[in-house]
Amino acid sequence: MSSAIISMEGITKSFNNITVLNDVDFELREGEIHALLGENGAGKSTLMKILRGVYQPDHGKMIVQGKSYDRFNSPNEARAAGISMVFQEFSLVPTLTVAQNIFLTREIKNRFGLLDDKECERRTKVFFDELEVDIDPQAVVSQLSTGYRQLTEITAALSQEARILIFDEPTASLTQTESLSLFRLMRRLKEKGISMIYISHRMEEIFKIADRITVLRDGRRISTDEISNLTIQKVIENILGRKAEAIDSRELVSTVQQDQVLLEVKNLKCNRGVKDISFQLHRGEVIGLAGLMGSGRTELMQAIFGINPIKEGDILVKGKSIKVKTPEESMKSDIALIPEDRRVQGLILDHSIRDNFILPMIQLKRLANRNIFVDYRRGNDLAEYYVKTLKIRSDSIEKMVRFLSGGNQQKVVIAKWLSTKPEILLMDEPTAGVDIGTKSEILNIIRDLAKQGKGVVFISSELQELIAVCDRVIVIKNGQVDQVLNRYDIPGEERLHQILQGAGNSG
Amino acid sequence: MAEKKISPNLSESKRSFFKRFYWRDYVVYITFIIVFITFSATLAQSGFLSSNNLLNIMRQSAIISVMAVAMTFVLATAEIDLSVGSVAGLASVVTAMVIGKFGLVPGILGGLCTGLLVGFINGTLVTRIGIPSFLVTLGMQGITTGAAMWVTNTAPIPISNSTYVYVFGSGNFGPIPSLVFWTVIALVIGHVVLRSTPYGRQALATGGNEVAARYSGINTKRIKLYTFIIMSTVASLAGMLYAGRMQSGRYQWGQGDELSVIAAVVLGGTSMFGGKGTIIGTIIGAILIGLINNGLILMGLSASQQMIVRGAIIILAVALTGRKVQN
Repeated sequence: MSSAIISMEGITKSFNNITVLNDVDFELREGEIHALLGENGAGKSTLMKILRGVYQPDHGKMIVQGKSYDRFNSPNEARAAGISMVFQEFSLVPTLTVAQNIFLTREIKNRFGLLDDKECERRTKVFFDELEVDIDPQAVVSQLSTGYRQLTEITAALSQEARILIFDEPTASLTQTESLSLFRLMRRLKEKGISMIYISHRMEEIFKIADRITVLRDGRRISTDEISNLTIQKVIENILGRKAEAIDSRELVSTVQQDQVLLEVKNLKCNRGVKDISFQLHRGEVIGLAGLMGSGRTELMQAIFGINPIKEGDILVKGKSIKVKTPEESMKSDIALIPEDRRVQGLILDHSIRDNFILPMIQLKRLANRNIFVDYRRGNDLAEYYVKTLKIRSDSIEKMVRFLSGGNQQKVVIAKWLSTKPEILLMDEPTAGVDIGTKSEILNIIRDLAKQGKGVVFISSELQELIAVCDRVIVIKNGQVDQVLNRYDIPGEERLHQILQGAGNSG
Repeated sequence: MAEKKISPNLSESKRSFFKRFYWRDYVVYITFIIVFITFSATLAQSGFLSSNNLLNIMRQSAIISVMAVAMTFVLATAEIDLSVGSVAGLASVVTAMVIGKFGLVPGILGGLCTGLLVGFINGTLVTRIGIPSFLVTLGMQGITTGAAMWVTNTAPIPISNSTYVYVFGSGNFGPIPSLVFWTVIALVIGHVVLRSTPYGRQALATGGNEVAARYSGINTKRIKLYTFIIMSTVASLAGMLYAGRMQSGRYQWGQGDELSVIAAVVLGGTSMFGGKGTIIGTIIGAILIGLINNGLILMGLSASQQMIVRGAIIILAVALTGRKVQN
């Protein structure tokens, strides 16, 4: 059995008398991939920040590569001990080349004391060859896909002799293929004795790649176990602290009103992404859009919402043709869009929950006071109401959304759009990067909307979610409808996966 | 980069009091009080506290205050307008000339229309063609100054209409100098518009995150266009106040004011990156600049020394307010 490269013992940390970590032990073995799981707020990121020297523990000690530490006072100290972080938000300079980034601040100089790009590129190539990564060292980072950027970043960390890597939701913005090459790289690193901590909400991935799992809940360690002793069900139970409502076993009662077409899209064509798409959405129906990244799913939603300009084709709401050139026009036809990227498209991070929440209602002139002013009192009441109904965890509606967890931020976006009482709700990856509890709440909201006779179009990269809540799944391939599957014809997750991959390969 | 991002968290537990107090938002008020007390203590003999001098300060900062109110909206939408001083000069000239030829009301309208037109051009170039506002308004600074110099042959145009002069800058409404009256009007309207109207909230949203604002249905281009039009029109009003006070229109009125105006707004806690700002802070910022100018004169500093001290105080105060909240 390999020995421990990190052991954290009895780590305790409080902020303002609130204990965030309570006597937590954590051990990482050499050459191990160790998944760290828990709901948002369970203490994962605090534990990792202690390991990275961002926070200092109140009690406890850490042994890293045989040396004992009470704390790391700064990220630099942690890095010197061999700990590196692969950031969710990437820390590369976009205008420099891959090689220049990898050797940033440690540039190799020639005998005249000038930068030697050639030598940097040659050494970068050596690193890449060793890791079997196929990236051109001369490529400019801004032109790389997200996946390649991440691989570059990992290489940069390893080139600085990192022995321990922390991955925080690394696949959140990767395509299927990119994720697979990330996993390949991780396995390769494992063979080289690199130890990795892996934080993710995606269970399937974890069971594919991790060796052991540690679950945190409410600041305590609940369990640490070999993956072979665990099942997904068991892990979810540990995370939630109760029996999980299994996502794919929920009863689905169809509420589709076949005779009432809410939204009809006819031969839609855009300059970007959408080539020829037609479909109908009925009252009480949930339609899932499946497809690989870049298949045109997101672009379709943006076209319906007036963000992606439409070249040809028609959009009909309740039988009436509408022209959507701006989101405002779409909103007036009772359409709402929960966008893909909540931090960029969904929220103004430095504004409060309330100020984010009221924007669509202001635009629709539903919060007017004497026609000139904003009725803030009603805005407050409504914000309070939605914070309560959607169980958004925050001490006040005046709190900046930047300080909320990912799941709560997503709920603010949902609240903001539910407040407009939309008939047609377009949801683009609403469950990405949120914890299991919140995920399940969001899926319930979707079904509730259908029950109330609304129509929902739902994009998710997690196929079991699509199967769980959708009446029909439309597979989009290359900007066109590839096939339409009725719920009872959906052949199960594995098969759906294959259909998608097939769609991707031929497209 | 990593360290920069996370360092504010380091102090989370220790500084929770300050965090809750958001003391950066109040720097302008604290600075104001400190400067006021210092001057009161050291310059009492020179008549700093006399009601005449205090009114003087108000009068001197009035025109900057009026423009700073509109500039708050410009910065809140994450844009900038460097043409305000020159627009004021052009408007003073236009008003003076039109009053001379056609009388009072056409003169006032002519002045305001100058701003309307310039603002429309600025806003259209920024929103439709996508030229950064910094460049558009820098160019417009040259164009408007040049135009004002050209039509007047660089000579001042006297205004003899006594009603105009009285209302715009030289007279008093009861005990209140008309300049102060205009400042109060700008303050009240600006405050209400920013705080309580859809436009104000949407301007802040546009500056806070333009993409998210657009996804919320806001026509961000229209909001920015309106903002530029308001800014230039208010700058014209400022030019007309100069004209009233000086009883003439001249291209030099207002020249270089853009710097004091922007400094006042930023001192007042409005973010240069958009999304955040208050009108009260802006007005206090403008008066603070007037206060410093006045105090330095009473201290007997030479013009060159005044410039140095003024520059240093502004940099210091902005350094204290200017840092963006990071996560």
